[in-house]
Amino acid sequence: MLFALAVAALVLVPVVVTFSSFAQVEGDIFAHLTEFVLPELVGNTLWLVVGVAIGVSVLGVSLAWLVAMCEFPGRRLFGWALLLPMALPAYVTAFVAIGLLDFTGPLQTWLREAWGITGLPEIRSRGGVILVMSLALYPYVYLIAKNAFATQGAIALEAAQSLGLSRTQGFFRVALPMARPWIAAGLMLALMETLADFGTMAIFNYDTFTTAIYKAWYSLFSLAAAAQLASILILFVLVAVVFEQRSRTRMRYGAVGRSAAQRRIQLSPALAGLAFVYAGTVLAVAFLIPVTQLVLWTREVIATDLDARYWTFAWHSVLLAGLGALMVVAVALLLAYAGRQRPGTAMMWTQRLATIGYAFPGAVLAVGLFIPVAALDNWLIDAGRAWFGFEGTEILKGTLLVMLLAYLVRFLAVGFGPVDSGLHRITRNIDEAARNLGTGAAGLLTQVHLPLLRASLLTAATFAFVDIMKEMPITLMTRPFGWDTLAVRVFEMTSEGEWERAALPSLAIVIAGIIPIILLTWRGAHSHG
Amino acid sequence: MKPTKLIAALALVASALPALAEEVVVYSARNEQLIKPLFDAYTRDTGVQIKFITDKEGPLMARLKAEGKNTPADVLLTVDAGNLWQASEEGLLRPIRSETLQANVPAHLRDPANEWFGLSVRARTMVYNTGKVKPADLSTYEDLASPKWKGRLCLRTSKKVYNQSLVAMMITEYGEGKTEDIVTGWIGNLATSPFPDDTKAMEAVAAGQCDVTLVNTYYFGRLMEKTPNLPLAIFWPNQNLKNKASGVHVNISGAGVTRHAKNPAGAQKLIEWLSSDKAQNLFADVNLEYPVNPKVAPDKSVAAWGSFRQNLINVKEAGSLQIKAVKLMDRAGYK
Repeated sequence: MLFALAVAALVLVPVVVTFSSFAQVEGDIFAHLTEFVLPELVGNTLWLVVGVAIGVSVLGVSLAWLVAMCEFPGRRLFGWALLLPMALPAYVTAFVAIGLLDFTGPLQTWLREAWGITGLPEIRSRGGVILVMSLALYPYVYLIAKNAFATQGAIALEAAQSLGLSRTQGFFRVALPMARPWIAAGLMLALMETLADFGTMAIFNYDTFTTAIYKAWYSLFSLAAAAQLASILILFVLVAVVFEQRSRTRMRYGAVGRSAAQRRIQLSPALAGLAFVYAGTVLAVAFLIPVTQLVLWTREVIATDLDARYWTFAWHSVLLAGLGALMVVAVALLLAYAGRQRPGTAMMWTQRLATIGYAFPGAVLAVGLFIPVAALDNWLIDAGRAWFGFEGTEILKGTLLVMLLAYLVRFLAVGFGPVDSGLHRITRNIDEAARNLGTGAAGLLTQVHLPLLRASLLTAATFAFVDIMKEMPITLMTRPFGWDTLAVRVFEMTSEGEWERAALPSLAIVIAGIIPIILLTWRGAHSHG
Repeated sequence: MKPTKLIAALALVASALPALAEEVVVYSARNEQLIKPLFDAYTRDTGVQIKFITDKEGPLMARLKAEGKNTPADVLLTVDAGNLWQASEEGLLRPIRSETLQANVPAHLRDPANEWFGLSVRARTMVYNTGKVKPADLSTYEDLASPKWKGRLCLRTSKKVYNQSLVAMMITEYGEGKTEDIVTGWIGNLATSPFPDDTKAMEAVAAGQCDVTLVNTYYFGRLMEKTPNLPLAIFWPNQNLKNKASGVHVNISGAGVTRHAKNPAGAQKLIEWLSSDKAQNLFADVNLEYPVNPKVAPDKSVAAWGSFRQNLINVKEAGSLQIKAVKLMDRAGYK
């Protein structure tokens, strides 16, 4: 419990800093925002959240069901390939989608010039944003739902059939409700990321709560007003957390059961063909086409831009993402364990608060952490100067520790979700059995729980790794001198609109992000025998 | 060795380190690829090492503020005047007395209180479709609000500081009321919703989605370098008016010395060098911008766009009026 509180306290540091902005209320700016900005963007934000919720649920659940429960051509390949869009930053998908589909893009140009067809739906629109975000974020739902279906889908269908339900009825009336808590966990991650997103919204010029936060800070020069808006956003997320929590209490965790592998549904040739086309289309639109575009752009700039420094950038990215993912998984595991030892409402809220960082707009979180770190540093430096004649300007600031802690605060949610649900699926009976065989507390963890949790831990590590690889504002603000990463390169190029040149570091991020995804699938496949 | 002696010795080593190689630390909102060649040249010239970190202006200023007197930064470098003005307002910069900078940087492109200095000029001008618009049809920024441009105008988003500065400078000329009418007129003339960047807006003009847009010239230079056949050309607006506030809207990329700089003398020398004949072409040409120093000629490809009269109101107004400009654009429905 103490540990859980300590983690929650760490996450609360930027929250407190952010809320403390209310000490200085920017009435003037607030009046302006309330009158001219907020009404529209609250509507925009709600539409976006609802649209993305539907989009990621439909894509994630349907694909997870097909891959976990049905037999169709390419199923094994799709099993891991459908995770790949996770490695692609959403703003890259957005830029490519607009490049290809806007009025000036090749598709509309061809239709216009060859056939005289105009009046296609506008990609730079609400529908366009929802589509791109759904394609970028469905893997969160897909991966978690796939695990749920793989372990309990067959049992659910068996039960349904014994009650005389058809397969379709069995899916909607038994399997889907049973998997709902997991789907909700994946959905929460996708929606928190949607709420905090700035890059994609900027490319679409779609105004949301988060873009207003940046407007208050960058354009109206009021970090205080920005922090106040961020506080409201966080409160909004907390309300959503309450709803998700209520769905979680209904979660029925079955033990890790028989794999569905032997009893997949044999689809008719026509349906199998449809399944292949559907999964293939999603993969193409969400990953293959954007990556092909990146490759084409990279070819134009690789000769001038690729230099020896890229190895350093890539090394920094992989090292930081690796260390960060390790920290996230370790802390997520301890936090989930604390919940197992001392369940209850207080613990539940501690866990929810500890994972709220994922809904923070990145730059606001970065400042919220940087301000107290700098204050502590100033205190240390002054003490060091008085006692030891210290003559530097950085003690904590210039270290990776601050950066890693910031990643931890931001990404604990993506690690906690999979680990916690994985841990819940290990029943108390297993613990009892192990204890009766003379296994101690340490042995229980290393010999019993960790092997059972392997798939969950790898899922958590993969989520955290690819998210840190793509992360920009925290990396920019807290990196020590000389610690540029691939994401920093993307920032350098895109901040002056050189998107084609940003293709090279973006592609490198994708390639580095694919490695843990392949590892995840490979290990996952082995753990299922 | 006794512990106290060890600590004293370490402290001595630590304090001696900066003396070995002089170092200037820069916080830069200007991209790495635009500043690193310059810093490398400076190190070659002077032996002074430059350490730098890049980020957006907002976080860099928040960082300077949080670090207070223990900031490692000596220089703050930005790509617009508004943020330099804001840094100065927040007490993050210090005035520097430098005859070199007074001579190299025209008066309207530096802070009257000498806390920051422009280092390159970024002109925001019109780009039009040569197949659909005759240059004679174009005249001023404000004319783009007239009904004859209905459905023919493309704009970049109002969230970009370049447009905020442009509108702020229009406020100095026309006052808020008339400026708001002009911006409302622009929005009424839009052919499509605002674009996220200048390049996209120009591509829309080239494709015929609209006829004219407002961009920083270096984006035009970059686009034409890649695709020289696009039917696009530059027009310099607001050239024939008597008003002092008239002329092409210019902004600066510039720098100032931080209030708590550890090496203020070194910082000043760096900024002076950046404004010199030697460095100005390197600074401006790498991004097809205009040198701030009037004695230095712009890059050949930049000079080919023709010369123009620039707005001579001090660019600090871009900062002091930025909040007004942003609110005005919100009211006018400029997204």
